[in-house]
Formats: sequence, structure tokens, C-alpha cells
Amino acid sequence: MAHFKLRRSLLYVPGNMPSMLQNIPIFNCDSVIIDLEDAVPLAEKDAARHLVKRFLLNYTDRNKELLVRINPLDSKWGYEDLKVVLPAMPDGIRLPKADTPEIVERLDTLLTEFEEELEVEIGRFGILPSLESALGVINAVGIANSSERIFALAFGAEDYTASMEIERSRGGEELFNARTRVLWAAKAKGIQAVDTIFADVSDMEGLRAETELAKRLGYTGKCLVNPRQIEVVHDVFAPKEHEVEYALQVIEAIKRARQLGTGVIALGGKMVDAPVVKRAARVLRTAYAHGMVDTLIDEEEIHGAQ
Amino acid sequence: MALNSLGREIPEFYAGKRLVPYGDAWSLRPEGAVAARPVKRVNPGEGKRLSSLREALEASGLADGMTIATHHSLRNGDFLLNRIVAEIAAMGLKGIWIASSSVHPVHAEIIPHIKSGVIAGFQCGVNGLIGELASRGELSCPIVVRTHGGRARSIIEGSVKIDVAFIAAPCCDEYGNMNGYYGPSACGSLGYAQIDASYASCVVAVTDNLVPFPAIPVGIPQTLVDYVVVVDRLGDPAKIVSTTTRVTTDPVGLQIASYASQVIEASGLLQDGFSFQTGSGGISLAVAEKVRNAMRKGSIKGSFGCGGITGYFVEMLEEGLFSALMDVQCFDQEAVRSIGVNRAHQEISADMYANPFNAGSVVNRLDCVILGATEVDTAFNVNVNTESNGYLLHNTGGHSDTAAGAKLSIIVAPSIRGRLPIVRDRVTTITTPGDTIGVVVTERGIAVNDRHAELKEELVRRKLPVKEIADLQREICRVTGTPRPLEFEDEVVAVIEYRDGSIIDVVRRVKE
Repeated sequence: MAHFKLRRSLLYVPGNMPSMLQNIPIFNCDSVIIDLEDAVPLAEKDAARHLVKRFLLNYTDRNKELLVRINPLDSKWGYEDLKVVLPAMPDGIRLPKADTPEIVERLDTLLTEFEEELEVEIGRFGILPSLESALGVINAVGIANSSERIFALAFGAEDYTASMEIERSRGGEELFNARTRVLWAAKAKGIQAVDTIFADVSDMEGLRAETELAKRLGYTGKCLVNPRQIEVVHDVFAPKEHEVEYALQVIEAIKRARQLGTGVIALGGKMVDAPVVKRAARVLRTAYAHGMVDTLIDEEEIHGAQ
Repeated sequence: MALNSLGREIPEFYAGKRLVPYGDAWSLRPEGAVAARPVKRVNPGEGKRLSSLREALEASGLADGMTIATHHSLRNGDFLLNRIVAEIAAMGLKGIWIASSSVHPVHAEIIPHIKSGVIAGFQCGVNGLIGELASRGELSCPIVVRTHGGRARSIIEGSVKIDVAFIAAPCCDEYGNMNGYYGPSACGSLGYAQIDASYASCVVAVTDNLVPFPAIPVGIPQTLVDYVVVVDRLGDPAKIVSTTTRVTTDPVGLQIASYASQVIEASGLLQDGFSFQTGSGGISLAVAEKVRNAMRKGSIKGSFGCGGITGYFVEMLEEGLFSALMDVQCFDQEAVRSIGVNRAHQEISADMYANPFNAGSVVNRLDCVILGATEVDTAFNVNVNTESNGYLLHNTGGHSDTAAGAKLSIIVAPSIRGRLPIVRDRVTTITTPGDTIGVVVTERGIAVNDRHAELKEELVRRKLPVKEIADLQREICRVTGTPRPLEFEDEVVAVIEYRDGSIIDVVRRVKE
């Protein structure tokens, strides 16, 4: 919990466009995924990875999480992407086409080798696997457990629908099973779950509806293809005022219990158990990010009371 | 040469007049009474209709060296100024000054008449090619750039004397009553022309829509009009006003708008009675949209929206978010429609709008104004007149007027224009003094002038990206590099008048 990282919005930025890379510091998303894969034409693969490296080396006032989507490891570009980009210290690697645990394990091994070579802490580079095929969805649990570097599972609907030979609809009913399965695997492992992109950047209502669905299911964030989508997604993931009020009451109850030296926490005549406290802590962390509360909650205080 | 208080070198004389260097935004006070127009008598049965512009020019008594004026409400769709200048040239007159409310790119047609000496100079700002050629030293014509309020002041106090005012009248009767609301060349408010009509020695109404007497409602009355001329077309309706003004969809613009709207909310000004002005640019409208949403959410009832009015403000009026619109100029067709039907949509003169030398102008009642910039410097001075290449390409408009009048003036601008940083050590030309600017908002951060220390604290508390303006400049220059300074000749091609008539800066010929 001490390493909680808010990941409501993960914005894709093409790795071959300097004009867009230079705007990375200014957008208020929680994470950026610099893309070396689908957004970059074959002829620009080499130039793009070097451009991204230069950008990362010069982007010293890092104000958000930076991930790089490399090309698949079984392609001729994947390893080279890692070799060029990792010395510029991204926070993690978005692994496309993570169909099996073995692919993730291979990336884990490579990252360890690079960390040793770069003389940085082992485990420094995180992994965000993208489950975007029928095989990947089926293997979700195995993938979630394939590396301790994995901080979240991401569901990729565009490739998934292609692998299923179906069309993606606005309502997304055809994605329901896959979405849920990826979510189960993430929750079972205790990591975050990131929902797929919503491709129509002019349809803010559609984006809102899909984000609300993802949030209701249990997703903690969403991938975005345009900065204009950030505000809607953050708005959906913002806690409601009554949720914040209740969470504050829970924390107050914890403090009271500690003062009284009792392990039993009561609120309004009802017992407050560990999951309620956990949820309250999550609500207040998110509320802090939204500016709804002024101070970050004291983790020690909460955990001490449990 | 003298140095003004902002360190700009000002010549002692320009175009035969002694210049007053700028001191500060507030201290200069007027002397004497207002200018007067000739007393006249028109008896029953005497008509005002003339058959052509030529006849009107001859009847007006226009002679070498005199000054004419038109208004720019028809903007880049205006046909009138070009036709008048062509007639003046055909009459063989020389040395005529133009004191229009603004000159637009469409008026580049008069450039040959500047070169031939028919036109001697401009008592007004210019947009486009005329300014560029002047900056290159290719035109010998003094240019005095004024704000909207400053122009009204200069005419009312008599420092600019208009001999003949030609007023494009979209709806007019044969006795000279007119408005801008109806007709094929409808432009809405005639706020600039109202001043010309009140103080010019001779007033000629030119219309392509002659209606039976009386033309109602009366925007400019018959008592001020000497002659009426009917022409086939006053202008191109497609260019008179824009059909639509749209909220930006550019993510960078939206980011700026988001910060700007949060600045307004943090300022504490957004409460019942709130008054507001924005331009018609995409970022400004995006700010307006966010302000509108905040007003809806907080059930806030504003007092008035001001300035160049867009359909956006009309929607806010009709929704009850504002009690009134104070309109010196309509920016789109929806605003034109509204001013003709809604009594809470009030046409105002440029004097009432922004003249600093009267008993109180509307800009003094503004809570918040959103303004643009081509450059800002680390002292918060703003340039909107010259581009980064040094060419004089834009008029001042109401920029300095509203910045001085409003409680909070916010500059919104992308941090990088083309490949150049918006924040400079020293702007190429000072249009609006830094003392009247509150906040500069870019997508990379928000710089707050020290005179708004409380607002700065509140923005920091709200975790907005507040930065010292010099730090913001350094951050931008890390991306763009530091541009090489422009080089200029000594020759002054235009002076930038502050709203009170003092000279805030000059534009010099660009070294090619």
C-alpha cells in the first residue's frame, strides 16, 4: 500500500513525433505510454527509439509515470527497443501481445540483465502486460503471476476483437467476458487493472459511459488515445462527495479506536472491518489526487489501527 | 529621443505632433472640454440623398490633407474604404489621412494609393500587408496605433479631427437613421461608428439596404447624418462576420483553457454579479465554456458579458447566466441576430466601452477578461501588434483597455508559437503594460503577477502549476532554444499609443 500509484489515465503518445513528445510534461494524465509499436511505421522504428531515448534523457523534471510500449519481443525490433530506451530510465515497459506467462518471464529476465548492466536496483523497471488476444485472456491468471514486476494488467480490445474475428461495438457487450476475466486475474493478484482505449475521440459521452462501466466492474484506470479524454476519465474515477465523507468518518473512527486502545472500530453503531478501511484509504488517496481533500492520509496510522 | 517608464525610446515628435512618453496606466488626466462638431440646420423638405459616393465626396468638401474615417464592423468583408479611396484618387486629391477604427487585410487594395501619395498616413492601427510593408520601409506613411478606447478618446478630446466620416449602414432610411441589425450586410453593433457620427465635421451614411423612414431601432440618429448614399453592396456577407466561432479541440488549447478557468474560480470573482469578457478565439471560447459550466453548477447569475460578442455569450444570456450583454462589436451571425431582438443585448459606443477619459467606461466594471498575446515578457508586458519577425501585423483592439479596466486580466497563449517561445526577456513591442496584467496562462504553467499575491497563494494551494515567469521562460526555452534578437533600423514606422494618448512603444523598420 505504501507504493500506491494512481493510474486512472494512461495516455498513448507516438514515439516518432517530436511535436507530441514535447507536450508530454504538460498533460495531467497519471501515466504516459510512449509507443514504439503500432503508431510507428516500419521505416521509422529505428529513428523513433532513438528519439524517445533523447526525449527521456532531457525530460528531467518527470512529473508522471513514463512507460514505453516496445515492439513484441518475438519481432526483430523488441530487443533493440529495450537496449536503446532502458538507459534513459523509463518507469516501465508496456508489453504488447502478452499471450503467455513465458513471454512475460522472458521480458523479466531481460530487464534483470539490463538492470545489472546499468547498475540500478533489480526490479526498477515495471511491466504492464497487454492482454489483447483470446490466448492472452485465457492465460490472464498465469500472466498476472509470471513476474513480480507486474503492477497492473491491461486489456487491449482492438487486437482482442481482431483475434476473435468480431467487430467492436459502441456498447462493448462483446468485450464483457474478456474484460471480466482480465479483471479477476488482476484482483486475485492484488494489482491494478487498466481498461482498453476508446478510439472515437469526439464521442465524449461514449467514453464516459464506457469508463463508468469499467469503473463499476472494478477497473482502476483506462488507456487513452487523446489528451482530450483525460478530463472525462478523471471525472469518472473521482470519488463522489458522499464517498469521501464516509471515508473520512472511517479514518476518524480508526483514530478514535487507537486513542481508546481498542482494536474494535465502530461507526454509527456498525463495525468497521478491514475491507472497509482499505476501501476508505483508496477513496481518500484518489480524493487527494483530485484536490478534494487537502492532506494525504497517514498510512501508518491506518495500518497501525487494523 | 526620450525614454518612457518602460525603457522604450520614444521620439520627441512624430507626424508633426509632440509625443508624450508613457508613464503609468492611471495618472495621465485630460484637460479642457470635449471636441465639438459644426452646428447645422436642415429645413423641412430638404433631402439628404445623393446619387453616388463621388457626389458625397464632393458635397462633403473633402480637400487635400483632410482626414476620413470608416468603421471596421464589416471587418474583412468591407468594400467601402477601398471604393472611397479609389474615388478620392480619381478626384486627384492628395495627402488624405485615414482615421478608421481599423484597417483590415482586405484594404491592401489601397496600397498603390499610399505609394502615390493619395493617402498620407493612418490615425489608426492596421492589420496585414500595409503594416508589413511599412515595417519593411516600403511605405512612407505614419501609422498611429490606438486601442478601441484610445481611438474614441482621441476623437472626443479633439486630438484626431475627422473631416468626413463614411458609415457603412446595413439598414438605413433616407434621412440617415440607421442600425447594423438588418440587411444583407448586417454586422450588428455600430459601436465604433457612433463616435465618428458624433464628432466628424461631415457624416455620410452609405447603405445597400434603404428602408422606409424611420429605420427602427435607431442606432445612429438622423440628427448626426448629413448625406445618404445607396450602393449596390457594402460588403461580402461571408466575411463580415464569421458564421461560427468554435471552441478549440486542440488538446494544448484545452489544457490552457482548463488552467485559465481554474484561475477564475480560484480568484473568488466567480460569484453572483460576475462580469466577463473573452475574444472569439478557440481557447477563449473554451475558457468561456468552462466558466459557463461552473456558473451552471454553482447557480451563479452574472451581471454582464462584454466586448466583441459571440453566439457563445448570446447562449449564456438566453440561458440566464448573464443579465445583459454590452456589445461594441458583433463577432458572429448569432450575435447579430440577438442584438436585433433582445433588449438585454445592449449596443454600446467605443466611448462607453473603453474610453479612459470619460465619467467611467464599461471596462472599469469588468471582473475578468481573457486576452491573447503574440509575446509576453518577464515583466508581464504583452505584445499583440508585431509578430516575432518584427512586422506590424495587428491592431491593438480592446487589449490594453480591458487589461487596465478589469479586476483580473488573464493572458492565455500556447507556450510555443511556431518554434518560438511566447515568454521573452523583452517583448518586441509593448502593447499592454505588465502592471495591468494579472496572470499568464500557458499549457506549461501559470505565472502570476506579484500584484495578485493572494491569488497566487490560492492557486498553489489548489495544486495548480504556478511558476515564476522567468522559470516558465527558461522551461520553454529548454524546448525551443533562445531566439536570436531581431535587428531594427532607427526609422520609426509606427507609434503605439497607450489608451490615454501617451506613447508606450514605437515600431521600427526591420533590418532586412
